[in-house]
Amino acid sequence: MGLFILRRSGVMLLTALCLTFIVFFLTNLYPNLEKLAKTQGNFRMSDEAVASWLDANGYGGSMVSKYGQWLGVLPGWTRESEKGFTGRCMTGAVSAEEAAEAPTFCGILQGDWGYSTRFKDEVSTIIAERLGNTGRLMFWVLVLMVPSALIIGVLAGMREGSVTDRSLSTASILTTATPEYVSGVIFIAVFTSSTVGLKWFKGTATSAMDNPNFENFFLPVLTIALYGMGYIARMTRASMTEVMTAQYIRTARLKGVSFHNIVLKHALRNALIAPFTVIMLQFPWLLNGVVIVETLFNYKGFGWILVEAAGNNDIELLLAVSVVSVFVVLVTQLISDIGYVYLNPRIRIS
Amino acid sequence: MEPLSTFEIAGRIIYQLSPVWFSLVILYAASIGFKRRLGLYGKLFDSPIGMIGFGLVMFWVFTGIYGAMDMIITHDPLVQVSGMKNKVPGTPMNGATEADYPYYLLGGDNLARDVFSRLVKGAWEVIKIAPMAAVFAFMVGITLGLPAGYYGGRLDTTLSFAANLILAFPVILLFYLLVTPEIVATGVPNYMAIVLFIFPIIFVGVLLNSRYYTRPKVRNLVLPLVLGIIIWFYLQLVSNGGYLINTPAYSIPGLPRVMDMFDIPGGILVVFVSVVFVNSPTVFRIVRGLTLDIKTRDYVAAAQTRGEGPWYIMLWEILPNARGPLIVDFCLRIGYTTILLGTLGFFGLGLPPESPDWGSTINDGRKLLSIYLHPALPPAFALLTLVLGLNLLADGLREESLKD
Repeated sequence: MGLFILRRSGVMLLTALCLTFIVFFLTNLYPNLEKLAKTQGNFRMSDEAVASWLDANGYGGSMVSKYGQWLGVLPGWTRESEKGFTGRCMTGAVSAEEAAEAPTFCGILQGDWGYSTRFKDEVSTIIAERLGNTGRLMFWVLVLMVPSALIIGVLAGMREGSVTDRSLSTASILTTATPEYVSGVIFIAVFTSSTVGLKWFKGTATSAMDNPNFENFFLPVLTIALYGMGYIARMTRASMTEVMTAQYIRTARLKGVSFHNIVLKHALRNALIAPFTVIMLQFPWLLNGVVIVETLFNYKGFGWILVEAAGNNDIELLLAVSVVSVFVVLVTQLISDIGYVYLNPRIRIS
Repeated sequence: MEPLSTFEIAGRIIYQLSPVWFSLVILYAASIGFKRRLGLYGKLFDSPIGMIGFGLVMFWVFTGIYGAMDMIITHDPLVQVSGMKNKVPGTPMNGATEADYPYYLLGGDNLARDVFSRLVKGAWEVIKIAPMAAVFAFMVGITLGLPAGYYGGRLDTTLSFAANLILAFPVILLFYLLVTPEIVATGVPNYMAIVLFIFPIIFVGVLLNSRYYTRPKVRNLVLPLVLGIIIWFYLQLVSNGGYLINTPAYSIPGLPRVMDMFDIPGGILVVFVSVVFVNSPTVFRIVRGLTLDIKTRDYVAAAQTRGEGPWYIMLWEILPNARGPLIVDFCLRIGYTTILLGTLGFFGLGLPPESPDWGSTINDGRKLLSIYLHPALPPAFALLTLVLGLNLLADGLREESLKD
């Protein structure tokens, strides 16, 4: 088990390195850098001005050396100009003494995530703040999604082919067929607009960042939860129907155990192994949902900074965003593998 | 003129769609009549869920095709008519002449364009990209997944690592990185197109070669002919205006313009390539899993004993026996691609801003959603019904293919 986790962690690290390099490569292609220079400087810069701006701000040089600097395995860049010394590890222009004292390496290995050109702030503070907002959103999504999906799946799979099964299965197909931007728009139209007149909820979740309550937070949570819910419910149903046809359930039934007890005491535990993996593997999809819903409801969380960073080619913020999301995806994969082994004694023993 | 009532709007829309109803009736009558002779497709008509799903899908397919032929639409989807901004459904058209359709059936959007016509044109945007993207994703997934599952070992490790790498990327981040005008300018999508579109050639080439390997006469005739045509199409597809890659810094010449029958605009190409790119790893994983399962069967062992080559076994023994789950996944994949295209439109990536595709229309309409519902809701329901139809169709196919 220890070796397994160690090997998986190694693969995870390699994946994270490859992915961040891909992001780094794509954001550092020349047209993207040119756009960055023009948004940071001014839009009428000549080609020479762009080149000198890029060089003065450390965007010149080869891709690999810049990536090494970002990682913190190569010394950060320094430039000397009439204003003083500037460099990756210094804030603004500083004197020669201060420049000498500044650390040589400053990448993510040293805990320095860089500086966001879009928000004019340290990347680490932005990420920490926004991730908190999204964390709250995700928490409520999971609280709503997981129990209801499991209940729907178990109810549907309990008696295969019954009316309950048919209607619940169709409902779960319907929710998997409704992407967040469709269900979100429909919810906003039905529950918040003055045309329909229900006005039960608020159409934006901006106020939910400081003061989340049912009125301004329920719709975004429901929108994300619905899309994932159907899929988990269908997996639970499939696993439940399989368990319900197993030999030991038939034995229990022949012994005269009540249907109630069969479902709750005999079937449920075995039926929940497969959905556990599925729930964990849903996280990458939830991340997508978060981006869409945060844009739709104007909730400034992690997904919102992804859109902002990507739209403005904010390289270091974008890299931090991808590191965080890749980390989330890979850790949930690892948990799902370990959990599967742990929950299923047949695999654990062999 | 008086605005139309709800019933009149519904009646006129149903009338406007009459070619679609007509085609659906013919299709259903023919299919049900001959269903015993049509294999899996015919069996679909035994399952009510499958029939409903197929009906929804074909409704949008016919709407898209006829819409592209300018048959159903009432107005030009790009023309703005003054005085029709955000008008409710059924409003008479401002300053309509004899030649114009007198009403905006589903109202006008925030740029005073006809919502109904844009909806119909939007169906074509999906129908022309989504199925082709799914086909290409399947070609890539099958061509790589079969050997990975069959040979295993280091090849499998490498390919699986690459597939997991792409799957670990949040899709939206990947889209934001790939589908921008700056990236199109660097030629990255063209490189990706050159690599991704080569897989169908490999697939067909190996497929035919392994089949006719023992009959060199047939092979020497068929193989160059088919491959020649496909390679010609491939070159037309990847070369644009005489160049494979044309950036300000450098360019690589491709097929001469004389032989190039069609060009794909950079915006569409990058959308297509990234959708294929995102979908293929999942197909790869499914095919690999199925191959791992099927290669232990007796008929594979029999083929190995007969001395068949590995590619013959993969393509003519394993693949046909994996077709059930693959067909089901193909339907789901088209649905997922539709959702992805909508996502791209929703974030305003890739497609031109005036494009009538559903994602962009939803995005335009959502900004005024608290006052005007009619520009955003029709495309939302359209996307919902198409994806629902594909899901139901997949469900029906799964049920029917499990029966035998």
